[in-house]
Amino acid sequence: MARAGKVADGVANVTLREPGRFFALSLDTFRAMFKWPFQWQEFLQQAWFIVSVTVAPTIMVAIPFGAVLSLQVGNLIRQLGAQSQTGSTAVLAIVREASPIVTALLIAAAAGSAICADLGARKIREEIDAMEVLGINPLHRLVVPRVLACAFVGLFLNGIVSVVGIAGGYVFNVMLQGGTPGAYIASFNGLAQLSDLYQAEVKAVVFGVTAALVASYKGLTASGGPKGVGDAVNQTVVIAAMALFVENFVLSALYFQLVPQKGM
Amino acid sequence: MGVEIRVEGLTKSFGRQVIWEDVTLTLPAGEISVLLGPSGTGKSVFLKTMVGLLKPDRGHCWIGDKDMPNLREHDMYEVRKLFGVLFQDGALFGSMNLYDNVAFPLREHTRKSESEVRRIVMEKMEMVGLVGAENKLPGEISGGMKKRAGLARALVLDPEIILCDEPDSGLDPVRTAYLNQLIVDLNAEIDATFLIVTHDINTARTVPDNIGLLFLRQLVMFGPREMLLSSEEPVVRQFLNARRVGPIGMSEEKDISELEAEARLGRDPGELPPIPPQLMTSDGRIRRTQRPPGEWLRTHGVTAPPGSFIDEMGRDWLQEWPRYIAAMSAGAGQHPEGAR
Ligand SMILES: Nc1ncnc2c1ncn2[C@@H]1O[C@H](COP(=O)(O)OP(=O)(O)OP(=O)(O)O)[C@@H](O)[C@H]1O
Ligand SMILES: [Mg+2]
Repeated sequence: MARAGKVADGVANVTLREPGRFFALSLDTFRAMFKWPFQWQEFLQQAWFIVSVTVAPTIMVAIPFGAVLSLQVGNLIRQLGAQSQTGSTAVLAIVREASPIVTALLIAAAAGSAICADLGARKIREEIDAMEVLGINPLHRLVVPRVLACAFVGLFLNGIVSVVGIAGGYVFNVMLQGGTPGAYIASFNGLAQLSDLYQAEVKAVVFGVTAALVASYKGLTASGGPKGVGDAVNQTVVIAAMALFVENFVLSALYFQLVPQKGM
Repeated sequence: MGVEIRVEGLTKSFGRQVIWEDVTLTLPAGEISVLLGPSGTGKSVFLKTMVGLLKPDRGHCWIGDKDMPNLREHDMYEVRKLFGVLFQDGALFGSMNLYDNVAFPLREHTRKSESEVRRIVMEKMEMVGLVGAENKLPGEISGGMKKRAGLARALVLDPEIILCDEPDSGLDPVRTAYLNQLIVDLNAEIDATFLIVTHDINTARTVPDNIGLLFLRQLVMFGPREMLLSSEEPVVRQFLNARRVGPIGMSEEKDISELEAEARLGRDPGELPPIPPQLMTSDGRIRRTQRPPGEWLRTHGVTAPPGSFIDEMGRDWLQEWPRYIAAMSAGAGQHPEGAR
């Protein structure tokens, strides 16, 4: 009986209470966003910090991603005899789907874990409590700059992934698969359109905001000493990655519904 | 001017663990109160509940005319500006050096110039004896230094209510003596309402105007210092005299077999020791709230245990204290207790 009660309690916690508190925090953060003065210094510091932990891994992931896509698509297309379209398919795949996913993973893993670890450590050292007692809202002071910095950096990260991925695909296709540079470039915008880039950028911003909110929530509710912070970081990465994939699906579905696609 | 704090029927639990129930007490404005209790009875939780960091299950905590647990968030941040809080571990901002930590509240809440900030910060640093350590990071200093830096930060805005969670833990006896004097002097100077959590029995016996004792989820007693020091209530008596004989055991409550064994041995708790004189301000001023020794007992018709006001040096403080004050204010820095 007692065990059943505990299980029910746990289920309610996971399905209702935690999401409820998370959305409450998100709402409060949103409200705090419009409070004066904006914390520029913290924003710039955080943006720079997130850039420094994400750019190198992003590039390292984007190159093989572009190459693999070229490999898959290039082979298929050769068999269909449509070599003239290699460029268009690679660009479409990278800009529309691959770059938001890579961006999402890196923001969740690199930026999310760093934010959660930082806030979690402050929480268990009672720094957050001290801040509140000193009459300062930690959401305004710490969370808002991090959320905006994450969104801002996500925007650029997505751009980097697109450029590096396409360049990687080009190099792979032209140098190793014997494709012609002309065909790659000429078919560049055969399928993809500018709105594909826009939707990818929108996704990147949404991912940045989500990852930062999840990380902040987990960090600010960390308890139980250093081990608690470790657990919180771990959960941040898992939850943020899942949330970002779901969001990616939803946003893609919306995009296909709302924006007419180019035909061949 | 300090602010009166009235706590009414406050109850706090974490999940199914009840921390304390129906705590009711009034911290008189401008007086020093001490909260005692065995480790783990929820003293830190009580302080955090008072400033609204933890939400009680029920009850009120009136800060002036504002009921802290039931305030809207915005109002809560306003009321918190009255507070200066020293956390158990200092809670310094790890990314800032001590100077910036102490300067933080000034920079956030006042429009003082940097030079003025510097003057105030250095004054507080000197007060807690940390001059020379301003550029150290919290990770690079000892526990006692963290405590003192945390105290400096709590005091920097001249708060009306000061809550200190074990200001003297981790400090040597000399520093503790200075700190106690500092608290008494501060109280005379800015007239703030103090609540101090401590495990130091000497501090508890000599510094406060009021003492409270938490034990087994209850506030066992709260009242004037003399009342608790002369109380025959077993828990209070055991705790304030640091005895093993009594209801408090190693794991908070003694079990029945232990109590029976104690009863068989017929260990009697002994006579109550005399009530020591309350610590006076170092400059000889009498504090607004300070009662002459023994006054509470007289006005309440309670007889003090024999020799209550006679200290180790054989002076009877019921007679001595007016002369003490006179000698102090006649001054020339002459401390009537001689070289201490
Ligand atoms: N955030 C929390 N969640 C769950 N339980 C908590 C929390 N904070 C404190 N407790 C519990 O509340 C009880 C009281 O803790 P508290 O820190 O207030 O004790 P204390 O009286 O300050 O002890 P000490 O004198 O050792 O500092 C402990 O049993 C602790 O386990
Ligand atoms: Mg404590």
